[in-house]
Amino acid sequence: MNPFNLEIQRRSFLNRSTVGIGSLALSQYLKPWQSLGQSTADPGSPAWSGVVDPLHYTQKAKRVIYLCMAGGPSHLETLDYKPKLAEMDGKPMPDSITKGQPIAQLQGQKLNCMGPQHPFEKFGQSGQEICSLFPKIGKISDELCIIKSLHTEQINHDPAHTFINTGSSVSGRPSMGSWLLYGLGNETENLPGFVVLTSVGKGGQAQPISSRQWHSGFLPSNFQGVQFNASGDPVHYVSAPPGVKTEEQRRLVDAINALNMEKDAMVDDPEIATRISQYEMAFRMQTSVPELMDLKDEPQHILDMYGAEAGDGTFASNCLLARRLAERGVRFIHLYHRGWDHHGNVKGNMVTTAKEVDQCTAALITDLKQRGMLDDTLVIWGGEFGRTPMAQGSGRDHHIRGFSLFMAGGGVKGGISYGNTDDLGYRAVDRPFHVHDLHATMLKLFGIDHKRLTYRFQGRDYRLTDIAGHVVQDILA
Amino acid sequence: MKQSTGEPRGEVKARWTPFLQSCLALTLLTLLCGSVRSEPISFARQIRPLLSDACFQCHGPDANERKAGLRLDQENAAKARDGDYWVIKEGDPDQSDLISRIFTSDEDDMMPPPDSGKSLKEHEKQLIRDWIAQGAPWETHWAFESLRRPNVPSVKDADWPVNAIDYFILAKLEANGLRPSKEADPQTLMRRLHLDLTGLPGEVSTARRFAESEDPLDYSQIVDSLLADEAFGERLSIHWLDLVRYADTVGYHGDQPYSVWPYRDYVIDAFNHNMPFDQFTIEQIAGDLLPDATRNQKVASGFNRLHMITAEGGAQDKEYLAKYAADRVRATSGVWLGATMGCAECHDHKFDPYSMKDFYSMAAFFGDLKEKGFYGGSRWEPEMPLPSPRQENEQKQLASTIDRLEKTLVTATEELVNAQLDWESQLMEWESKGQLTWQPLSPATLSSENGTQFIQQFDGSILTRGPKPKKETLELEIPLSPSREITGIRLEALTHPSMDEGALSRGGGNFVLSEFELILKQGEDESPVKLASAAADYSQKSFEAGKAIDGKDDTGWAVDGKNKKEARKLLVTLQEPLKATEGTTLIARLKHHTKHERHVIGRFRLSTTSVPDPVLTETGLPDDIYRLVSMPWESRSEKEAQTLASYFFDRTPILDPVRVQLASAKSRMKVLENEIPTMLVSMSVKPREMRILPRGNWMDDSGPVVQPAIPDFLDYDGINAKKERLSRLDLAQWLVSEKNPLTARNFVNHLWKLYFGYGLARVMEETGSQGTPPTHPELMDWLASEFIRSGWDVKHMVRLIVNSQTYRQSSTPGKMLASMDPYNQLYARQTRYRLDAEVIRDQALDISGLLVRQVGGPSVKPYQPAGYYSQLNFPKRTYQHDTGNSQYRRGLYTHWQRTFLHPMLKAFDAPTREECTAQRPRSNTPLQSLNLLNDPSFVEAARTFAAGILSSGSGSDRKKIQSAFESVTLRKPTQRELHILEQLLEDTRKGYAAEPDRGLELVEVGLNQAGEQCPPVELGAWTAVTRALFNLHETITRY
Repeated sequence: MNPFNLEIQRRSFLNRSTVGIGSLALSQYLKPWQSLGQSTADPGSPAWSGVVDPLHYTQKAKRVIYLCMAGGPSHLETLDYKPKLAEMDGKPMPDSITKGQPIAQLQGQKLNCMGPQHPFEKFGQSGQEICSLFPKIGKISDELCIIKSLHTEQINHDPAHTFINTGSSVSGRPSMGSWLLYGLGNETENLPGFVVLTSVGKGGQAQPISSRQWHSGFLPSNFQGVQFNASGDPVHYVSAPPGVKTEEQRRLVDAINALNMEKDAMVDDPEIATRISQYEMAFRMQTSVPELMDLKDEPQHILDMYGAEAGDGTFASNCLLARRLAERGVRFIHLYHRGWDHHGNVKGNMVTTAKEVDQCTAALITDLKQRGMLDDTLVIWGGEFGRTPMAQGSGRDHHIRGFSLFMAGGGVKGGISYGNTDDLGYRAVDRPFHVHDLHATMLKLFGIDHKRLTYRFQGRDYRLTDIAGHVVQDILA
Repeated sequence: MKQSTGEPRGEVKARWTPFLQSCLALTLLTLLCGSVRSEPISFARQIRPLLSDACFQCHGPDANERKAGLRLDQENAAKARDGDYWVIKEGDPDQSDLISRIFTSDEDDMMPPPDSGKSLKEHEKQLIRDWIAQGAPWETHWAFESLRRPNVPSVKDADWPVNAIDYFILAKLEANGLRPSKEADPQTLMRRLHLDLTGLPGEVSTARRFAESEDPLDYSQIVDSLLADEAFGERLSIHWLDLVRYADTVGYHGDQPYSVWPYRDYVIDAFNHNMPFDQFTIEQIAGDLLPDATRNQKVASGFNRLHMITAEGGAQDKEYLAKYAADRVRATSGVWLGATMGCAECHDHKFDPYSMKDFYSMAAFFGDLKEKGFYGGSRWEPEMPLPSPRQENEQKQLASTIDRLEKTLVTATEELVNAQLDWESQLMEWESKGQLTWQPLSPATLSSENGTQFIQQFDGSILTRGPKPKKETLELEIPLSPSREITGIRLEALTHPSMDEGALSRGGGNFVLSEFELILKQGEDESPVKLASAAADYSQKSFEAGKAIDGKDDTGWAVDGKNKKEARKLLVTLQEPLKATEGTTLIARLKHHTKHERHVIGRFRLSTTSVPDPVLTETGLPDDIYRLVSMPWESRSEKEAQTLASYFFDRTPILDPVRVQLASAKSRMKVLENEIPTMLVSMSVKPREMRILPRGNWMDDSGPVVQPAIPDFLDYDGINAKKERLSRLDLAQWLVSEKNPLTARNFVNHLWKLYFGYGLARVMEETGSQGTPPTHPELMDWLASEFIRSGWDVKHMVRLIVNSQTYRQSSTPGKMLASMDPYNQLYARQTRYRLDAEVIRDQALDISGLLVRQVGGPSVKPYQPAGYYSQLNFPKRTYQHDTGNSQYRRGLYTHWQRTFLHPMLKAFDAPTREECTAQRPRSNTPLQSLNLLNDPSFVEAARTFAAGILSSGSGSDRKKIQSAFESVTLRKPTQRELHILEQLLEDTRKGYAAEPDRGLELVEVGLNQAGEQCPPVELGAWTAVTRALFNLHETITRY
């Protein structure tokens, strides 16, 4: 079939010991994004195994599943129980608390307290208080590390998302997942190391999100998040064109690679070796991605556990895909649920939205645990900010001075709560936990000192935590 | 030593007390290091970057972060004597505390401190030591130094250089014992030149002609023809648009579209017409402030509006005005100065002398822009309409037509005056007969849909009785006499004691009239009478009169009769006056079909008027008009006469044709105005106050107010001393002042990057301390001074660069060169790198013949995967790709959606343009492979290319492959390459031969039908070949 026997060509090509390729075995050389136990490669090269070598600390977590609740879930109807706020229901919020504080849509309006709209219950041995709308998450409360004193700097969705994902509200910085890939490389040879899955909800309006949230910013584009889609091509352009069979596509890729090797013989260009390996990876993705997205090999009891139906693009089905991605070694798995912006009818919308995430989130954590993967998988659940203890009609406005998230697995302590807001759920007062602290602590779990994971851009060494961030030791297992 | 802050002196002592005498380690070290090196060390290039990186964070320009009151970025501070010690003592490293501090191993004294995360390498420490030993000569940072035109150096090999550039390059090569590479082969050189200057691959014929030519002038002639090609401006614009962050959407949150594409066309046009760069600069920053600013200059000023904008609910004006101001400082300083002034938003710059005051003073230049922080409803402003000459012409014509018609409507003519007199006498005649009042209608028959019964009263009213159905229609048949025309009908709802509450209905006192209908009956023919409007003397909220004639059964007119027990009137005006003939019957229907049960009118009366455009007065005329009509002609004042004439003119049917024409002209005008493109521009208003925001916090008003000013240390012309408030025009003129070295250096650095892959100073965005100094500082300065000397002539500079022998070198390094100079800092060869995203697209379209070469216009939408915009909201968006020519335009015209850039552009590293981008990354990823393999744009181009090959006539497979290969790469394939492609063709052909129809499936890809007529097997097989060619690394690389 091939005029010059492609295998022999490949081998002799590799043996020529050109710059950057050396004497790597063919199998290694053709594995993009794979860890080769050395970090001397160029960031653009497939052999990239991360800039952090050796690791600064012992590594606990190997991957992140970040369940991003876009729109800003109310901490007061999820994780932060405030009986005092219930007593104050309908009464004015004390001026001393709100004066001079940033505010969004409630600007210039009367600020009255709105009590928690749903009761809380104590769950598990740890007795953690969680809103009764989340019974399944409550059941695994002994796995959860709840942060109740989170605070952020941006009060509008777009910059707040950018801030929690990149550590800055100015566009152009790399997102968390990109930093991790840059720092550690990927663990799979068949899939991108940073995958994004999104879903909308039935309650409230769908929060728009930007691909900036998974962009690699000034880091090389290899480190950007790749969006996987529930409908159409699961990854853009992953299907061969109509009228072209898989084996023909393979034949074509062989010819392209062979011609590229010919050119390399003329110009001695190390980029060509990378290019060839990317065509191999691309071809593998044509199989590995559809295989990943196809849930038919999942037993019914697993589907039931998540409440997922194959291919429906819901958050539940994305949670199941997240586990499959984690199993395959993807470094950063970023799920979006876009239904949390409850400016109106927070009571009713919380019921709807909680239902969409409760069971599957709990299922994901349970499933990871039963597969022995929770120990090295860090699950993060939370939004870009919280919501006001003050009413906005029947809803709540954006709020940044205090809100909540939870983590599980990946080296964090389970069954604990960290920090607290004041009695009215307004301001983080007990051990405030900044978004930069989240990033610093997350990197620590991966064995990385956040101050030492840097990239030089515009002449400055940038980091995910900018010039701030503290590792919160108390939550580390 | 100057102490800039009030830090305690004690700390200075603690940190910087000399401890030389006791330092054995240092003595040893001095012995080990031996003698001082002899070649002079450059402070600007070798020492300052080290100090900047390791020391300036705490000992630099930022007063708030400064430790021990020491700064090392200023010579007098760094060399000042303090008692018996020096930080730097010229010529005496052993007496310089800096040296002991950086060499010591005592962690308490060590600089930089171990916990700072910064460190100096041993050879760097030694370099600093040697520099002090050499006398510590100080220089200003190279980028801030004033511009001098260096002499062109002499070289040994005087045959090689073509122009000045080559002398600078060769001199350095010779000093390093290197030779330049040989000239690239003609095909590679031609492809490089075409791609660099036009972004298109060039023709095989040109490459062949050049290869065969003996005349060295041919090359520069080709350069000139490419510089004259409109594609030149398009190519150069790609880079400029990255810098100025041009996009088609606002970027924040809902990422809605805004119209700024005319700015893009301005840029293309400016480059094509070789607008001097100083003018280009001034027009963008202050075009609107120029005297008698032209339309193009105002469009150019749209530069100030290209930043991201928000329409997110809850966004505060003040916060976002602060964001936009900061964005402008980042962009302006980034684009023109190559400076990272953005760092000074929250603190004084750590490494360069930019202070927070400089940052906010720079922002203050833009304080005069008319703008908002939050643009509710996505209404961006101010927008300038930009009609085409045709549109402008039509607009003028329509305006004059409208003006003429409007005048006609109020101009008295003999005909109109006579008509008015006739009308007045008609009214008077009616008046005299007692007929200028509502004429009651007497129905011949009364019927009801659901059983309501009637009694006719003596006053002409009709009273209902009997059953009270939930829903009801009352129908009256009224014979008309042929005397007067009817213009309106009045329905009176009257009270009666038999009604509930003595009010207006038997269903609780109120009624809801869902529809009032009139039908004209002539013999057996029935036709509905068209109603123009309805008005009432009273309507209940949400039950307005108009709802009785809106054709909907679930809405209606009601009058709150239960609470307001008063008679009410409804006036229904007819579209056309009704002229009854003999035997005409009018049917009136009063429908009560809303959900309000039994709300049926209880007692009512119908009457008519003949007054045109009647009102609900007793005469049907407005009271003042009735008064004027009744008044003798000669006793009317002029104003009264006018009032009456105007009332008549507004209603006379004589002017109806004019009114129709006017309405049509106005509606056309509206359509036209919507078609006319707009541009978001700069508009100067009273400047708003600008304060220094402590730590960049927009809520903190405690900072001092600042006025527009440029950083003092860059104020070459002393403009900060001007008395009046400085304007954007002052800023722009300062940027391109001959004394300002930054702008010219920065722009030639960008040009160099475009033609060599890297800038002479490699960190494109940062020519300050933290950037890298130029590899060839004298060449940089020579180019910059040449740029200014030439009158900021961009094409002249491009011509110089691409004509140089340095540019024409081969990009293939020999083994030795690759290891000696892996990053090509000496330019002993050209650079090879992947093409920009847009160029990769353009090339495939061009080679396949699909490319539509139209310059400018609104952005276009190529094929894009369905659902890609599903993450957008406010509003939700569905992407509809363009059809026709717009599908095949160059990549730079692609709709630039900031939050979801087209996947192809994104895969190949095009920036989202949210921020100024001076250098795109050049990645090499599997997503790129998937894109080139499967994106319908590339598959369609490949299939069209294949169809072209098949229709180009006979010839062997080999010949055809040769020719296709050459079209893509401009070179002939080798035997081995030919063989690989022949085998691919043969193998694929076999596959399609087994299932011939499968080849035709390829025609489904894309809008273009090329290949439909080809034999399907051949089409499938040849498309494999062309796809292979479009996927080659060589094809997407500039060698």
